[in-house]
Amino acid sequence: MFLINCPFCGEREQSEFKAGGEAHIVRPKQPTELSDDEWAEYLFMRKNIKGVQFERWNHIHGCRKWFNMARDTSNDQIKAVYKMGEKPPVK
Amino acid sequence: MSNNLRFKTSKFIDETYRVSFKFNNKTYFGFKGDTLASALLANGIHLVGRSFKYHRPRGIMTSGSEEPNAIIQLHDNSSRTEPNVRATEVEIYEGLVASSQNCWPSVNFDIGGINNLLSPILPAGFYYKTFMWPASFWEKYEYFIRKSAGLGKSPKVVDPDIYEHNYIHCDVLVIGAGISGIMAAKMAAKNGFKTLLVDEKSYLGGSSIYDNSEFSKINNQLTSSWLEKEINEISKLENLEIKIRTSVAAYHGYNFLLARESLTDHLPINQRDNKVRHRLLKIRAKKVITATGSIERPLIFDNNDRPGILLSSAIKKYIDLYGVACGENNVLFTNNDTAYETAMSLIQRGIRINAIIDNREQVDSKICYEVEKNNIKIYKGFSVVDTYGYRRINKISIMKLSKDGQTVIGDKTKLTCDCLGLSGGWTPAVHLFTQSGGKLKFREEDQVFIPDVYPSDQISIGSCNGDFGLNEIIKNTLSSLKKFLNIDNSEYKTLEIISGLNQSKRNIWLLPSDKTIGKTKSFVDYQNDATSKDIKLALREGFRSIEHVKRYTTTGMGTDQGKLGNMHALGIISETAGTKMGEHGTTTFRPPYTPLTFGTIVGRNVGEFFDVFRRTPIHDWHVKNSAEFENVGQWKRAWYYPKENENMYQAVQRESKAARDSAGILDASTLGKIDIQGTDASEFLNRVYTNAWSKLAVGKCRYGLMLNEDGMVYDDGVTTRLGENHYIMTTTTGGAANVLGKLEDYLQTEWPELDVYLSSVTDHYATISVCGPNSKKIVSKVIPDLDYSDEKFPHMSFKNAKIGNIKCRVMRISFTGEQSYEINIQANFGKSVWEKCMDAGKDFNITPYGTETMHLLRAEKGFIIVGQDTDATLTPIDLQMDWIVSKKKYDFIGKRSLYRSDTIREDRKQLVGLLTENPEEVLEEGAQIVSDVKKSPIEMLGHVTSSYYSPNLKKSIALGVVKSGKNLLGQKLIIPMENKNINVIVADPVFFDKEGKRLNA
Repeated sequence: MFLINCPFCGEREQSEFKAGGEAHIVRPKQPTELSDDEWAEYLFMRKNIKGVQFERWNHIHGCRKWFNMARDTSNDQIKAVYKMGEKPPVK
Repeated sequence: MSNNLRFKTSKFIDETYRVSFKFNNKTYFGFKGDTLASALLANGIHLVGRSFKYHRPRGIMTSGSEEPNAIIQLHDNSSRTEPNVRATEVEIYEGLVASSQNCWPSVNFDIGGINNLLSPILPAGFYYKTFMWPASFWEKYEYFIRKSAGLGKSPKVVDPDIYEHNYIHCDVLVIGAGISGIMAAKMAAKNGFKTLLVDEKSYLGGSSIYDNSEFSKINNQLTSSWLEKEINEISKLENLEIKIRTSVAAYHGYNFLLARESLTDHLPINQRDNKVRHRLLKIRAKKVITATGSIERPLIFDNNDRPGILLSSAIKKYIDLYGVACGENNVLFTNNDTAYETAMSLIQRGIRINAIIDNREQVDSKICYEVEKNNIKIYKGFSVVDTYGYRRINKISIMKLSKDGQTVIGDKTKLTCDCLGLSGGWTPAVHLFTQSGGKLKFREEDQVFIPDVYPSDQISIGSCNGDFGLNEIIKNTLSSLKKFLNIDNSEYKTLEIISGLNQSKRNIWLLPSDKTIGKTKSFVDYQNDATSKDIKLALREGFRSIEHVKRYTTTGMGTDQGKLGNMHALGIISETAGTKMGEHGTTTFRPPYTPLTFGTIVGRNVGEFFDVFRRTPIHDWHVKNSAEFENVGQWKRAWYYPKENENMYQAVQRESKAARDSAGILDASTLGKIDIQGTDASEFLNRVYTNAWSKLAVGKCRYGLMLNEDGMVYDDGVTTRLGENHYIMTTTTGGAANVLGKLEDYLQTEWPELDVYLSSVTDHYATISVCGPNSKKIVSKVIPDLDYSDEKFPHMSFKNAKIGNIKCRVMRISFTGEQSYEINIQANFGKSVWEKCMDAGKDFNITPYGTETMHLLRAEKGFIIVGQDTDATLTPIDLQMDWIVSKKKYDFIGKRSLYRSDTIREDRKQLVGLLTENPEEVLEEGAQIVSDVKKSPIEMLGHVTSSYYSPNLKKSIALGVVKSGKNLLGQKLIIPMENKNINVIVADPVFFDKEGKRLNA
């Protein structure tokens, strides 16, 4: 079970958090102007890579804030946690 | 049987404290400090159970948690009885009752033993192969197979014991209190680390604590004496907590571990009352030191499973720790020096050793010479090829091994014995290390897997790291720990170590036999009766992956998870397949390391705490008025209120009629309520609901539909504008938490620029809905100071009001199609206001109704229930709710998806009303809808989502989703049931009061 360093609260058990899928997918500002394919790209297409993956997490049983996490899926190492809107501090 | 099996010289046994216990209905005696296994052995009992498949007599094989055979049923009463308990781990107490498993009528004479004779026709996969045909017979086979399968009996009544969970945070966790674990705990604690030391046994010191051999000494002291002083010293350390009888079950990522601390299992039953039996420790450690030791390997040869055959290290432990001899005529069979330590212990007590059979040609360590000096015959380069004796071993036959170890040569010699000790070398206990995600490497020279890559801040020391000699263990433990803990001083002055053992070994995974393999029974997994023959069969049949071989042969799948035999299975696979051992990897080690009781896992979450539920403030009234309850999300909701002998149908019919004829009252407190404030609140609602919100006047309510980004209906409810920048949103009961989460998600991540604040206020208010033609009269009695005229208080509006001094909100909104008023008041006044309403409604036959009547009434009106009529595959257009989707708004959640190529298809499933041809026939919810039953395969067009008999329309009504349903209005469809086909006509989903006249009646 992960020990997650919430950017707002500090280190907490994974059981306090909820995972929220891939990070850095911005909702299009003008969805009506997108083709079906472009909209589908936003709506459905998600990466599932072996290696460092950027994910959204929510401290649902804590401060309820969303934040981002860079996690290596091959060994579950958390490389970084950072606030929404910030650029990933690792590659 | 002689009574000379007990040597009263062990300091671990309290001879002054005699303990009586029952095994298979017979009373025996042991001493305090005994395990059930040692006490049975002291009474000359080896045969304790029957094997799983062949029902072969089995005896005690080991002295610890790795025991495959001696698993027994503990306790005879129905509440505490526990199956599959390892006799080697049970500490005896006065009054203990245990019995053998898997045998009938008794362990000495077991009818199931016939399976042993049938074994040639019971190969691996027998059940898979035999019971396949004909498939329809499976149910009959299953009954008999299930009956004969399984080991012990599970308890049948509630567990009287108390269990609990406990969190522990520490700097350093040391798992295992053997010699290296003790040293690690001392070094960590003395250097300022908050340290926890756990061991599964009832004593500290591991196998070194009874190592009194002259051949392994530390600073010229016996290992046991040196270690005793160390233990004495660490028990005084303030920084160190020690927990015995604590078995680490699981090692997860980020150094999170689960351990079971056993607190009362060793006490007499009458001393256990009101005490916690097991405690599940949830340990988060900054650093973990694994010192779990190693498990001795058996040797694999024909009939290697008879009672009286033990691991040689177990024989040594029974003598040195418990003062019990396992036999009077011992033979040891080994491929390494370990058995000679056992021999020395036997010699010291004057117990007879008939011979030592050693696989190795050359035996040249000091301890071997010493054993030889005692006139013990050592057969070098020999192997045991067979054993004899049904309920207890009485003879073995041995033959010379060929140079390459692949065959046996020469004559067969028979030797008598009543106990055979096996030593096939040692397997590091890497289970926890691999559970944590650690990667192993294979060490060729002694054929062991050892830790290689650590996934977290941890280290393995001692023999679980592959260090087997005393010298090696201590030297490597000290140097690894200095590095791991980053300390200069090891806390140990120079240690002088004498070790008389060499590490030479002649490893042969499957020992050769003079018989063909088909004629042998060489057990690899004792508990599951998997033999080398089964493994070879699996390979012949094409299985290659170790995981597949495991599942096919069931090797390693018993309650012991193959702690003894897994390595041999791997070895036999690689030898047979001609591959290298390291290439196969190992099977996956999964938690728990040793079985946990269900009690330990659930802890205090039993009884009413098993699954907590939420009660409304009016709950007690519902209970008092004999409501039946329905679980909705975590809530208990009143379902219906049966009067006298009414069944559910009758109650619901009565309630539904009353609500439309006069007045009904519903507890709607469970609906989710979200308080929304901020200057952008209206804009926010515009974005999350499909309809427009900016123009909603203060004091008005509006129904809203919320979609997922994929265009599918997610939730619905009425939202009221309380002020310019203040709304209260209601959600479905089950969806409340998720809706709040979703709104927060968008606010925080997509629209952080919006000035909006959300608070869940579901629990803060009680919601009482009074509906029906007389609702106005009733509510105006409870709240007289309001103008209830349709002009001043129209449908879909709200008023602030007071009941006495207590502020409340009254919404005129309706889910039933009747004129209704919803009173929202601070939760603790909910029940008294409900009672006021009941009182005020007395003259109007006010009828409390539950969720079932609510569902019926709204179905009459064709109102959907999200989650019942929808299932995340329906858009508002599919639901024929186009009216609620704003055409003008530029964007809202899910808008773009409403005109994807898939969502604009005409032949999507759409919500329609269904009327049965026979108005008395009520459909089953979930029933399939078709148009043609003659064409095979029958095309499924959809299914019934809601169905009721409407007492107000006096006919059956239903809602359903049907392919192209909108275009089928008036057409006949068929609902095929088990014994008949029901004809239905597709109808408009609104059945009752289409014009909505009653809302303003």
